[in-house]
Amino acid sequence: MEQTISLQIDRRQVEVPRGTSLLDAARGAGIHIPSLCYMNLRDMCISNLPASCRICVVEIEGRRNLAPACSTRCEQGMKVTTTSARVMNAQKTVLELILSDHPTDCLVCPKSGNCDLQEMAARLKIREIPFRGEQSSHVRETTPSILRDMNKCIYCRRCETMCNKVQTVGALAAVNRGFSATIAPAFERPLADSECTYCGQCVAVCPVGALTENDHTNRLLEDLANPNKTVIVQTAPAVRAALGEEFALPPGASVTGKMVAALRALGFNKVFDTDFAADLTIMEEGSELLDRLSRFLAGDKTVALPILTSCCPAWVNFFEHYFPDMLDIPSSARSPQQMFGAIAKTWWARQIGVERKDLVVVSIMPCLAKKYECARDEFAVDGDPDVNYSLSTRELAGLIKRANIDFNTLPDEDFDHPMGESTGAGVIFGASGGVMEAALRTAYELYTGKKLEDVNFESVRGLQGIKKATVALNDFQLKIGIAHGLGNARALLEEIREGKSEYHAIEIMACPGGCIGGGGQPLHHGNSERLKARAKALYSEDQGKTRRKSHDNPYIAQLYEEFLGKPLGEKAHHLLHTSYFDKGKDIREQ
Amino acid sequence: MTTITLPKCTIDALVQICAKHHNQPGELINILHEAQGTLGYLPREVQEVIARQLRIPVSRVYGVVTFYSFFTMTPKGRHPISVCMGTACYVRGAETVLDEFKRRLSIGVGGVTPDGQFSLDSLRCVGACGLAPVVLVGEKVYGRVTLPDVEKIITEHSRPASDPS
Repeated sequence: MEQTISLQIDRRQVEVPRGTSLLDAARGAGIHIPSLCYMNLRDMCISNLPASCRICVVEIEGRRNLAPACSTRCEQGMKVTTTSARVMNAQKTVLELILSDHPTDCLVCPKSGNCDLQEMAARLKIREIPFRGEQSSHVRETTPSILRDMNKCIYCRRCETMCNKVQTVGALAAVNRGFSATIAPAFERPLADSECTYCGQCVAVCPVGALTENDHTNRLLEDLANPNKTVIVQTAPAVRAALGEEFALPPGASVTGKMVAALRALGFNKVFDTDFAADLTIMEEGSELLDRLSRFLAGDKTVALPILTSCCPAWVNFFEHYFPDMLDIPSSARSPQQMFGAIAKTWWARQIGVERKDLVVVSIMPCLAKKYECARDEFAVDGDPDVNYSLSTRELAGLIKRANIDFNTLPDEDFDHPMGESTGAGVIFGASGGVMEAALRTAYELYTGKKLEDVNFESVRGLQGIKKATVALNDFQLKIGIAHGLGNARALLEEIREGKSEYHAIEIMACPGGCIGGGGQPLHHGNSERLKARAKALYSEDQGKTRRKSHDNPYIAQLYEEFLGKPLGEKAHHLLHTSYFDKGKDIREQ
Repeated sequence: MTTITLPKCTIDALVQICAKHHNQPGELINILHEAQGTLGYLPREVQEVIARQLRIPVSRVYGVVTFYSFFTMTPKGRHPISVCMGTACYVRGAETVLDEFKRRLSIGVGGVTPDGQFSLDSLRCVGACGLAPVVLVGEKVYGRVTLPDVEKIITEHSRPASDPS
C-alpha cells in the first residue's frame, strides 16, 4: 500500500503520498504556488526540477529559511504557509533579481502576451527594477526554424532537459559562468552548425522569449498582397486539433471547418490539405514496405529492414547526424509537406495554367523543423522551393487574430478540390502511431488482397514512449514498432545497429505525442492532458470519415492515372522520393 | 560530414585516459583533469574525442570545461604564472603585482606571450595567506612578492637569448 502523509498547507489539511513535493501537494489542493523553472509532464516521464528560479518559495514552521516548494518534499505534520508577507516579499525580490539582467523590450518581444516571466511580473506587480548592474550580451541567432536571443534566458534549463534527456540530441548545454553563462551548443557555435534537429521542443517549453520560431507571417502577407501571385495553403493534420486552444476553445476541439474558412478569409487562392499528401505518402511508403518485404520473404538477405518512416523532418535530421551509417534504412519517401509541394508545382500548376514562378505554396504546420525542411536544397527546382515556407499553428492563430477574424463564429467550410480531399488515414498522421496505422490499412489490403474489416489498430495508439504490435498479413506476422520522442527513437535505432531489432517496420516522430505535441503548436504549459485531447480529436475525425484508407482516395487514384503512373514508378521516384546526407562526425588520426 | 583530425598519439592517450576511468560519464571531470595534465590544454578536438569515448554530447563536455576556471582551451605558456587574488593577497597588493606582470609581459590575464614562454592567470587563495601576496610559477611558490620581485621572477624563468629553441 502506498504510504500517505498528512500536512497543513495554508491551514488546510492535505494528504499526499510520501515523496510528493510541496508544490505538487499544494497544486493538488488547489493552491497554485507560482513557479518558473518547474516543469513536469508525468505521463511522458518528462521533468525539469532544477530549483533554480526560487520563485516558488514557501514558509515552513520551525525552519529558519524559506524553502523552494518544487524541491522540498512533504513531511508528516509539516505546517506550510504560501501566502505570508515574508513569502511575497521574497518572491518579489527574487523576481527583481531575475529581471535585473533581463531586457525590458517586451513591446517588441515575440513572446509578449505568452511569456511566463511577463505574467509573473504582472502578477507580482513589479513596477520598477531596483537592481541594474552588468548585463549579459549574447549574440542573437536566426536559423531557418528557431530564433535564439539568450539575453532573455532565465536559466530555467527546460530547453536543456528537452534537448538532452528527452530528445537525446545534446545540442544545448549550460556553458560558461557569471554574466557570460548561457545555454548554447558546444563551443558556442551557431545552432545551425550543431546537432540541432530543429524539433522545436526547446521552443515549446521556453517560458520566455529566449527561444522562439522564425516567424514568416509578414512574408506571407506580402505574398497575399501581390496580385501576380497565386498563393495556396496546405494544413497539416495536427493543426486542426490544436488551433482552437488559441481561441479559448477546449483542448481537443476539432476546428477543421473554421480553420478552412479562416484561411479563405485571409485571402488564399486555394485551401488544400496536407492530409491529401499524407494519403499519397502512404501509397509510396506502403508500396516501399511491401516491396522490401516481398524481396525479404523471397530470401533476399541484402534488403534493408526494418523500414523506418520518413515523414518527420526533425527525425530525418536526427538520423543524418547520429546514424549516418544507416541512411539506407528509412523509407526514401518524402514527407507529406514536400510531396504536396512537388505535386502542387507540377500537376496542379499545369491543370490551372499557373507558372511555377507565380505560384506560392505555404504550409501550416505544428512543427518548426518543417521550416527547415522547406529550405533544404534538394526540395527546390532552380532555386524555387517546392514549398515556399511554413507557418506554425501559433503563427496562424496570431494572423487570424491580427486579421480581426472572429474565429469562433466562423461557419464550417470544406477544403478545395482536388488536393483538399483526404481519407481518415491521412488525418491520423498527426498522432504518434498514426502513420503506421494508416500504412497498415493500405498494406494489409494490397498484400492480402482481402478487405480489412476493422480499420482501427488500437495497439499503436496512445502516449506510451515505445509501442509494439504484430499484425497478421495472411500467414506472415508483421512486427511493428512505434516511437515518439527522439530519445525513444534512439533506443530503437541502437537495437537495429546492434542487429537486435525484431521489427519489420518502425514509425518515428520526433516530438513527444507526435505532431500534436509539435514545437509549433499552442504551448501545452506542461499539461499532457492537452496532448491526449488533441489525439482524440484526430481519431474521432478519422472515425467520422466515409473513406478511411489512403488507397480509397479517388483524387489520389486520379493523380496516379493522369500523371504519376504507379507508386514507386519513375515519375513518382523523381517527385516523391529523396535521399539522405551524412551529417555525422568523423574523428580521424593524422 | 564533419571530419576531426588529431595526431594518433593524442587520440591514443585520450582513449587510454577514458578507458582508465571505464568510459564513465560521471568521471568526466577527472578525465578532463588528466587530459589537461597530459596535453597542457583542452582544445575542441580533444573534447570531441572524450565525448565520443564517453558517449555523451560534446556540448556537455564543453559546458564543464567552460564552467571550471581550472580548465583551459588555450595552451598555457612554458611557465604559467598565477597571481593569487584571494582576500589576504589582495589587501597586501596582489593587484599591483598582477598589473606589473601584465605590463612587463605585455599580456592580459589569460594571455600567453608570443614566444610561448609565459602565460598569466589570477587565482583565488592557494592557502598560503601568511606569505601574501603569493605568486606561483608552475608549481614553484613565491611569497611576499614586491614590485621589484616581478622582474626577477621573469628573468629567473627566461631562457638565455642564445638558446635557439
